Amino acid sequence: MNKEDEIIGKAYDSQLMKRLMSYVKPYKKYVISAILFAIVVAALGPVRPYLTKIAIDEYIANSDYDGLLFISMLLVASLIFQAVIQYVLTYFTQLMGQKIIYDLRVKIFSHVQKLALKYFDKTPIGRIVTRVTNDVESLNEMFSSGIVMVFSDIFQIIWIFIFMFTMSWDLSLVTLSVLPVLFYGTFLFRRKVRESYRDVRKHLARLNSYMQEHITGINVLQLFTKENEELKKFGKINEDHKKANTSAVFYYAIFFPSVEFLSSIAIALIIWYGGGSVIEGTMTIGVLFAFVQYTEMFFRPVRDLSEKYNIMQTAMASSERIFNLLDNETFIKNPNEPNEFKNIEGKIEFNDVSFAYNDDEYVLKNLNFEIKPGESAALVGATGAGKTSIINLLTRFYDIQKGKILIDGRDISRVDKAELREHISIVLQDIQLFSGTIKSNIDLNSEDIPFERVKEAAEIVGANKFIEKLPKQYDEEVKEKGSTLSVGQKQLISFARALAYNPQILILDEATSSVDTETEQLIQHAIEKLLVGRTSIVIAHRLSTIQNADKIIVMHKGEIREIGTHQELLAKRGIYYKLYQLQYKDQEITKTA
Amino acid sequence: MGSLSSLNRYFARYKGKLLLGILFILFSNMATVYVPLLLRDGIDALRSNTDYETIIRYAIMIVAASAIGGVFRFSIRETIIVMSWQIEYDLRHDFWAHIQRLSARFFSNNSTGNIMAHATNDIKAVRSFVGPAVMYSIDTVTRFAMVIIIITSINTPLTIYALLPLPLLSFFVYKLSKKIHKRFTKIQEKFSDITTKAQESFSGIRVIKSYVREESEIDLFKKMSSEYLNLNMHKVKIQALFMPILFLITGTSIIIIIWIGGSMVINNVLTLGELIAFAAYLGLLIWPVIAIGWVLNLIQQGSASMKRIKRIWDEYVEIDDHRKTKFSINDIKGDISFRNVSFKYKDDGEEVLKNINIDIPRGKTLAVIGHTGVGKSSLVNLVPRLYDVTGGEILIDGNNIKDFPLRVLRKNIGMVPQETFLFSDTLKNNILFGVDKPGDEIIERVSKISQLHKDVENFSKGYETILGERGITLSGGQKQRTCLARALAIDPKILILDDSFSAVDTHTEEDILLSLKEFMKERTSLIISHRISTVKDADKIIVLDKGSIAEEGTHDELIAKDGIYAELHYKQLLEEELKELN
Repeated sequence: MNKEDEIIGKAYDSQLMKRLMSYVKPYKKYVISAILFAIVVAALGPVRPYLTKIAIDEYIANSDYDGLLFISMLLVASLIFQAVIQYVLTYFTQLMGQKIIYDLRVKIFSHVQKLALKYFDKTPIGRIVTRVTNDVESLNEMFSSGIVMVFSDIFQIIWIFIFMFTMSWDLSLVTLSVLPVLFYGTFLFRRKVRESYRDVRKHLARLNSYMQEHITGINVLQLFTKENEELKKFGKINEDHKKANTSAVFYYAIFFPSVEFLSSIAIALIIWYGGGSVIEGTMTIGVLFAFVQYTEMFFRPVRDLSEKYNIMQTAMASSERIFNLLDNETFIKNPNEPNEFKNIEGKIEFNDVSFAYNDDEYVLKNLNFEIKPGESAALVGATGAGKTSIINLLTRFYDIQKGKILIDGRDISRVDKAELREHISIVLQDIQLFSGTIKSNIDLNSEDIPFERVKEAAEIVGANKFIEKLPKQYDEEVKEKGSTLSVGQKQLISFARALAYNPQILILDEATSSVDTETEQLIQHAIEKLLVGRTSIVIAHRLSTIQNADKIIVMHKGEIREIGTHQELLAKRGIYYKLYQLQYKDQEITKTA
Repeated sequence: MGSLSSLNRYFARYKGKLLLGILFILFSNMATVYVPLLLRDGIDALRSNTDYETIIRYAIMIVAASAIGGVFRFSIRETIIVMSWQIEYDLRHDFWAHIQRLSARFFSNNSTGNIMAHATNDIKAVRSFVGPAVMYSIDTVTRFAMVIIIITSINTPLTIYALLPLPLLSFFVYKLSKKIHKRFTKIQEKFSDITTKAQESFSGIRVIKSYVREESEIDLFKKMSSEYLNLNMHKVKIQALFMPILFLITGTSIIIIIWIGGSMVINNVLTLGELIAFAAYLGLLIWPVIAIGWVLNLIQQGSASMKRIKRIWDEYVEIDDHRKTKFSINDIKGDISFRNVSFKYKDDGEEVLKNINIDIPRGKTLAVIGHTGVGKSSLVNLVPRLYDVTGGEILIDGNNIKDFPLRVLRKNIGMVPQETFLFSDTLKNNILFGVDKPGDEIIERVSKISQLHKDVENFSKGYETILGERGITLSGGQKQRTCLARALAIDPKILILDDSFSAVDTHTEEDILLSLKEFMKERTSLIISHRISTVKDADKIIVLDKGSIAEEGTHDELIAKDGIYAELHYKQLLEEELKELN
């Protein structure tokens, strides 16, 4: 389990709370009106025992049917009134909560979109997804019910106090004398539950990680026939988990009955003290009845406290994780005053470029090369030679440590990132399709690309043939990761995508996955079309691609070792010659065969 | 709901606790329903101008009744809820015991996450049924029954009037829950859309960034999130009715008591104390009425989860001992033969191995070489029966491996799987994982053969070093060598190495192979590799291509053949040359 996911945290953290409240600010009006409503609603509950007291003392005692009917009508009215306000209040607090978490969700998502690739290299995608989904969701409860409910609970208690004290201040004091015990008990309970909650969490984590690990390594367990021994070990962990839970049961088992017991002590106190006053004639039975009802009303919010505590605790832990993410500022910075970068020709220069993903571990060393506008350059080299790193640098996915990368003579770190990237399209080996339609996967939802251009691009790369056979053609749904499409079809779509954006510079990382001969020809044809009239850098896996390249750059252990055309380099009998024999020669054999 | 009946044998195991718990619920409710009666008597006594002492007596009795009720309530949790945790323990134990026996096929069809979800969420849901749901439903039923008996005996007409609105409540709760459920399903669907969107967008971040589509991604996400918001509010519209309706209906009951009951008091049909007791009894019913909806929900979830758990329970243990198992076999010598073996992963799938015939006499080494995906791992996985052949048979010492007791078969095979998997435990425990009688001398011996010993000498805690997330991370090569040591430690008759040196440098590999030679003298070995250097000294080498044996022979024979093997050999020489180049 990751450290960040282990945050249990406090139920209240003023720093975090302050920051969370800043998201409530835009909805100040909602909060204020919700609180006003809450004050009214809070009064309507306690008013009924008071009315009941009047019914008992004034009308029942005096055999007044009409008065009794009148009071009953009043009670009905207060009930309906309360129901309506309660509904409106719930609706609007939920709306506010939903809006706040909408804001927060969008904010996190936008923030992540802007983070540099370095962040994604280090963080599992699943964890980032959890921040925008589950973590935000767990704040919902706090925002939509937590805050306002706390207010209505407090106001209800205040109203109860007001009614009680106006009826009889001495009976109030007697009844409320159980309060300190209740508060102290609740405090104790909360502390104990928190401890045992932590214990439960610890054992649950242990149990889960045992299962997770042993499911992953199940074949090892089975191969070494350790089923019986491991079952015993599992039994022990399972047992500890059970024990932690049963000891937590104890606190709940003590707490709830104790609260009930305390409330009955309060009732007994009312009977004893109030009853005495009734005998003396200084108090009426209606007051007693009202007090009994108030006691019940009073204890409810206190009893719910532990549930609210849980809501707060999860919310605090989630918000801590969310803020950690929002505070992460791994950005590739845009220059303050970016240089103009329109209408480029597409000349690429690397001047003494050195680059490391982690400090000092250089994966590219002193690179120098130039690609003229419209030229096609092929990058070749063994795995780990640094080919992918080069293409990562051109679009400023990462910043270099030494040297300069120039396009049309302009330093790419001095121009606007978005503008830079608009001139460059990348087709990656690992093809990424998004849920949506074929069309949206080609134009990537850009409104600047007319449908005509999407179709044109698909035609040029030859993707139109299969697309037009689909029932809904360009509107055909693409499922998650394009699972319904073949590898070749996915590649053609990604080519069409690059073409639709009509970039001056094209970067292509050829896929190595094997496809049938027919598809292979389609792809080869598409690549040729793709490269026409633009500067291109290709990590080449196809013989045809390197043969057609204007220049081949041979990478070896982070350095450029040879540059030249296919024939020149072959003649040299150097690294390229060896690479050629290793990676490309087979294709020649199959071609001639 | 039927799936819950499979819990009966667990309940039976804790019969005593359960019965006791039910008894406690009865007692505690008796005490609870007694309190309003005391209230009635107290109030009525006050009306008839009683003395101070009687009042005190009632006050004390209220406290006593509630104290008794409290003790029982405590005991309910300590029996029923504790029982629910015990049953959870049993469920998980049985679940795990079954999981352990399932074959590799099951694990390749079910993701770890999916299995974990069963072991955590589903078991949790079942526990909520076994504990809280059982407790509250018995509580509700008994309390309802008691209260209704008492208030009917006090005044039947008033009881009927007061309870009149309650069926309406159940009706609303039922109707609303159904609607809420429907809307909630839509919300969940949208939530999973949002999750998918985030997942896609973050994993496709390179594409998004390079095409400068961040803003449109954010817009799309905003659209989805706002749809999600609307769906939620759609649900809230109905859900927010819940509490007000609850108040309205229970409040109406109370008002009926005050109005009609009040009139009865005026007419001297009812005492004021009885009126107040009625109100108190109604208060006792409100919570159970609310709880009904909640409990029904728990039962539903519990039953759905139990069904899912049962699906895994009913999963057939494919590879196991059977009626024809020859339990007399308790040893393995090591002659292996493949007879026309073919294999496919799915019934309707392609054959990944076709008509394989191999003989490996005991003490000899067979090497398997070939490109990725030609079936090398599938071939060796058949020997310890991680999968069973789908055609032909594999014999060891002349017996079909299916007739060996599974334990005997696997105890005698030391396998180093392609994926190096080590437990988050000490190095020592990892190496001795399969050993019945652990001893330090074993560790040293096998670590020396696998060339691990020198590395470990540099660890400050030596073999006590903890691996994994909580400890140190071994390099790929160290991991492979640890896995080798683990396989050697069980003193196997058959050793299977599935590409086990891919992360080990060639120099160390040579050392390992050299020291293995001595160890392997009396044992049969099966070695898979991509590297010629690993296989060249084997007694026999087979080249696998598309599931069939393409070439076989010794290194020299195969080189002379000038086929796939020779080609591989040539390329690897080139690669070596390239690597050496600076």
